[in-house]
Amino acid sequence: MRASAAMAIAAVLAVLATAAAAASSEDQPKRGGILTYMIPADAPPSFDGHRESTYATVHSAAPFYSVLIRVNPNNPSDMNDLVCDLCTAMPTPTDGGKTWTFKIRSGVKFADGSPLTAADVAASWNEIIFPPKGVLSPRRSNYMMVERVEAPDPSTVVFHLKFPTSAFLPAIADPFAWIYEKRILDKDPHWYEQNIMGSGPFKFVSYQAGQEIKGVRNPDYYHKGLPYLDGFVGIYAPQQAVQVDAIRADRAAIQFRGFPPSARDELVRELDGKITVQQSVWNVASAVTPNEKRKPFDDPRVRRALTLAIDRWGGAPGLSKIAVVKTVGGLVYPGSPLAATKPELEQIAGYWPDIEKSRAEARRLLKEAGAEGLSFELLNRNVDQPYKYVAIWLIDQWSKIGLHVTQKVMPTGPWFQAMRSGNFDVVLEAPGHGMVNPLLDVQKVLPASVDPENYGNYEDPKEVELYDRMLRETDFTKQRALMRQFEKYVLDTQAHEIWVLWWYRIVPYRSYVKGWKISPTHFINQDLSTIWLDR
Amino acid sequence: MYRYIVNRLLLMVPTLVGAAVLVFGLMRLIPGDVCVVRLGSGGGTFDEAAVRACHAELGLDRPLWHQFFDFVWGFLHFDFGTSMWTGKPVSYEIMQRLPISLEIAILATVVALALAIPLGTISALKQNSWIDLVVRTVAIAGIATPSFWLGILSILLVLDLSQAIFGAPWMPPINYVPLWKDPVQNLAMAFLPAVTVGYRYSAVVMRMTRSAMLEVLREDYIRTARAKGLMRRVVINRHALKNALLPVVTLIGIEFAFLIGGLVVTEQVFNLNGVGRLFVQAVQNQDYTLTQALVMLVVAVFVLTNLVVDLAYAWLDPRIRFA
Repeated sequence: MRASAAMAIAAVLAVLATAAAAASSEDQPKRGGILTYMIPADAPPSFDGHRESTYATVHSAAPFYSVLIRVNPNNPSDMNDLVCDLCTAMPTPTDGGKTWTFKIRSGVKFADGSPLTAADVAASWNEIIFPPKGVLSPRRSNYMMVERVEAPDPSTVVFHLKFPTSAFLPAIADPFAWIYEKRILDKDPHWYEQNIMGSGPFKFVSYQAGQEIKGVRNPDYYHKGLPYLDGFVGIYAPQQAVQVDAIRADRAAIQFRGFPPSARDELVRELDGKITVQQSVWNVASAVTPNEKRKPFDDPRVRRALTLAIDRWGGAPGLSKIAVVKTVGGLVYPGSPLAATKPELEQIAGYWPDIEKSRAEARRLLKEAGAEGLSFELLNRNVDQPYKYVAIWLIDQWSKIGLHVTQKVMPTGPWFQAMRSGNFDVVLEAPGHGMVNPLLDVQKVLPASVDPENYGNYEDPKEVELYDRMLRETDFTKQRALMRQFEKYVLDTQAHEIWVLWWYRIVPYRSYVKGWKISPTHFINQDLSTIWLDR
Repeated sequence: MYRYIVNRLLLMVPTLVGAAVLVFGLMRLIPGDVCVVRLGSGGGTFDEAAVRACHAELGLDRPLWHQFFDFVWGFLHFDFGTSMWTGKPVSYEIMQRLPISLEIAILATVVALALAIPLGTISALKQNSWIDLVVRTVAIAGIATPSFWLGILSILLVLDLSQAIFGAPWMPPINYVPLWKDPVQNLAMAFLPAVTVGYRYSAVVMRMTRSAMLEVLREDYIRTARAKGLMRRVVINRHALKNALLPVVTLIGIEFAFLIGGLVVTEQVFNLNGVGRLFVQAVQNQDYTLTQALVMLVVAVFVLTNLVVDLAYAWLDPRIRFA
């Protein structure tokens, strides 16, 4: 009896010890190993994060660089959780919120051994915000609140703003804002297009154009203990089938951008138990822009009818099974504190809970506007996911109010050109951003005189005035109320934009990859410093 | 013969100039440009100032005649410019991809010839027998089957078979290593694409070999050779095959030239970083300089291959003399 009791206790203890060991092996990152991942592109146009807008550049070169601040890599789903990378502490602004002083950590070195100082940080930011002649900076309009950037001493960087705004800090956490060496920028601001030399967790080893990029652990990395990996290999492969097969055959462990549901389902089916899937709402949305220079889209009644016809609540679940869209939301990224709640959304045309009532109203508006049975063309981009799926669904939705819509699909270049030249009736776009920064992200729906990438061809001073008040409002509650007004005005009253569905990011990967957490954008959390391999 | 070669090389020039004019004009007819594609590719906001700066940087704000003149002038000096997408020299971009395309083309040709000539000959010799029927069926299947589809199927077959047999799926390597650095990995990567492309290639050559042999075997000199008592092997190899190869050599040349820049979809399927994939990328990105250079490369390959084929004729048939 005593022996059997002892054995039972020993068995229980053994189980507990095993569980504890398993839990601790999960919690305890292992050092070593080479991570091989797929980059779903042919090749990056250049390695210069300040100049480029494509994930191909970020997925290739982010591991080699540092930034000033970033989304917490241990909590990347919360875009408000910003932490220091090169700075020592997140600053509190002074001067009524117009001055932000960052202290730069000491002892940081570039890959060539040169020390990184505040002068390098300031020079990098000046290149982004105030690019010299001949230097491209596609995101500089995100920093229209910045008056100047200076480095009064080797460990201090100061941003002086024209006006206080909560849009500033997330803008500084931009994942493309890599810190370069001032000495090199002064000599040749184009140097970083073809060359890599940063202070990040990895050092550059080699790049074969269109093939692969390799890096090894930076032994001098200032976040002690990181990175866990010995190195990485990024393989370029634009075809989805190749990426899926590579993960299946363990030629690669992960593809960070994301897969459609069918690829996820295939990998889970084939590799059950060896695949982990992380999913997140994506900071990209499918949106329809009517060309208000073409009749009858200059009539807000017609535009409202277009949005009222769409059954977002009913269509999203079905579409999410075949396309990378899922979440119904307004102008603001659904996970943001500034985003509308469901009851708030249901007050906006196109989001009413009763679709029949919504479509009846759409038919009434069309009749009133003399646009019953309207025929028009939907301009679309020649990309499957999710453009073509969403377009086909929209055409079906519009048919339910008697509209006859055909789809014109164009490759990326001509699609852009058609939008820029106003040569379309209605276009399906996908506005998205590297960071979730709602105050800047919604600039997309401002008239073209403010945001040149708005192709709606309209002017609306009231909309601009609403936006300016919202941008400058420092009280969060008031700012949120202004965002609701802005959203209602843009999506309902004027229906300048028709927000369809937010995209959904699906990343299936080999389960031995640990330490990586999905975020709302495929640009964030790509320096690989926290990743480790459990094998 | 040397004068013939020189004349043919000089005749290349107007061909290349004509191709240059055509590709220059056609590319600029497509709406949009590389700046818009590049700056808009992230889906975020970009401003017109950035587009204008990009145009100025790449010379796209200059008049068309100026751009064309620079293109032709550079071409005459063998300076093909820099890629508008990557900023690297066009020659660098092409040389990074040419070895893999050449390797696949050569391996596919080897596979094709190893299959096509023996099988085509046997099929002709055993006309209307079951052997002939099988070979013709294989040839028709090869022509009817798209090589990229065969490629996708072969990868899936390898994955599923390896999973069933070894318990874990396996696929060939997806990153290219030069042959001299790691022959095993290189050939492991090149094997499936070479076989799938080579199969289709062999099917075309097989049919041509068969019909050419059938025609030659009916000739009087073949009957004479047999009547003289020559061994069957000698009649076929020395007399029949050599004469039957004339049209076959032409076909091999055309097919080989096509393989250099034409394996667009196959390269995508097998993730081969070849010239075909670069072509697609250049056109999609509206990279004028790179597209222009690639078109000129393909034209040059076709013209040079035709020259080699014509020279091979003289070796195969001593009656052929060059004017």
